[in-house]
Amino acid sequence: MINLSRRKLIVSGLAATAGASGLAAAARLALKYGLVPPDHGGIYGLGETLTYASHRLLTRHSLAREFPRNRISSRPFPNELAPLTEDFKRLQAGGFADWRLSLDGMVHQPASFSIADLKNCPSRSHITELACEEGWSYIAEWIGVPLSHVLHLVGVQPQARYVVYVSMEPDTWDSIDMADALHPQTFLCYGMNGSELPVAHGGPLRMRLPRQIGYKNVKFITRLTVTDSLKGFGKGLGSAACEAGYAWYTGI
Amino acid sequence: MAIPGSAQLPAETSIPRVVSTAAVTKLAPRHSALVRVTHWITTLCFFALLVTGIEIVISHPRFYWGETGTVLTTPLFQLPIPSSRRLVPTGYGYVLPDQNGWSRALHFEAAWIAVLTGLLYVISGLLTRHFRKDLVPSKADLSWRVLLTSFAKPLRFERPSAAEAFSYNGLQRLTYLFVIFVLFPLVIWSGLAMSLAFASAFPWSVTLLGGRQSARTIHFFVSLALVLFLFAHVLMVCLAGFWSRTGAMITGRTGTRKEHT
Repeated sequence: MINLSRRKLIVSGLAATAGASGLAAAARLALKYGLVPPDHGGIYGLGETLTYASHRLLTRHSLAREFPRNRISSRPFPNELAPLTEDFKRLQAGGFADWRLSLDGMVHQPASFSIADLKNCPSRSHITELACEEGWSYIAEWIGVPLSHVLHLVGVQPQARYVVYVSMEPDTWDSIDMADALHPQTFLCYGMNGSELPVAHGGPLRMRLPRQIGYKNVKFITRLTVTDSLKGFGKGLGSAACEAGYAWYTGI
Repeated sequence: MAIPGSAQLPAETSIPRVVSTAAVTKLAPRHSALVRVTHWITTLCFFALLVTGIEIVISHPRFYWGETGTVLTTPLFQLPIPSSRRLVPTGYGYVLPDQNGWSRALHFEAAWIAVLTGLLYVISGLLTRHFRKDLVPSKADLSWRVLLTSFAKPLRFERPSAAEAFSYNGLQRLTYLFVIFVLFPLVIWSGLAMSLAFASAFPWSVTLLGGRQSARTIHFFVSLALVLFLFAHVLMVCLAGFWSRTGAMITGRTGTRKEHT
């Protein structure tokens, strides 16, 4: 039925070989330059990888849009909160004086910080939008210490590739690559709109990444682990959200 | 009905572009292989995007104008459907199951494949003069009377003439060009504007649309326009003969070939 000439066969054979080796080369390059997300497996891996790789090439150093003070939303929506644990309530009763953020993994000097310690670090703020994957969004002023500052205090080892952050909420943890961890707008956030970060918004300490979707901005942070591989964390997909079917990289 | 420039033109002027249909079917297929392949990839992506888009909207069926908007602010409008989130006030006594995880993943994956396919189609369409030959309407096509006739015929469920199996009329040409060069770019742009990281690199992509929530609302309406196009497109295909036209888009050969040879 189909009339295949020898020339057509040779040409399509060569094209297929070139295509396959091109793909293999692209995959090797992507791995080498850290353009493959931890949740690259499965049927949606192609989309996740294309998004993450293109965003890393296009937006590695770009800054999230910042807004003037008069555009701060008057009623920031805190979203639904899981019931607070007894441990959390105990710390809350003590005004979070005993709240600790521990930092371990591939660092020169593992350390532990209280909220007061973090507030003694250089304080930064930005007025940025928090957008939920559901579609809603609001603008607020976020106050905290840049994560990069704290990472420099403990000294990150050169082979580090990710920072894992763990919440006090059960089964809630996430991770970011070093590009996001060292990004100037990535905060360990303890303040909002000129005052303390309310518990509903993740107080006393929340991860704040204005270039990623709301669920990546995990509330109630108690532990940071610097690592070169996410394989040992949970199912190795990079976050608890991934294990529930949500993407690891949420710049889109 | 004295429309300037159209009076002396009979309505069929635009249609017989093909002198010998038999010769044409031998020389070139109705649709080139590239058009056929990209058409069906786009079709698959479109359905994936539509289903997942609906699932994502269900998690927040409220739309706003401007930069921000939450359940605490007044929406522009709200779709009268139940939601997959407890905190969205819908008036329904139940909450639908959350489908956003896979929906977002498939939405973006399908968008990637659709955009890459679209790029291939547009670049090859420019190189092979597909747009110039098959889609840019001629002057005669653009007279109001001809356009109105092409609009009214399918509404009266009239079947197109046999000659129309080999070419598009002016209204079809304008519609296809509008979908390819206005609606698709707009839906991609408004979608990308909702990406926080993309907006950080290209802030004007959001500001030009009037803010993040405006971009979301525009994305919704352009998608709606694309769905309307899909209905009109399928109606036209059915009127012209579903199997012959669909066959032409699969094999490249028109079903009317036998009648002409």
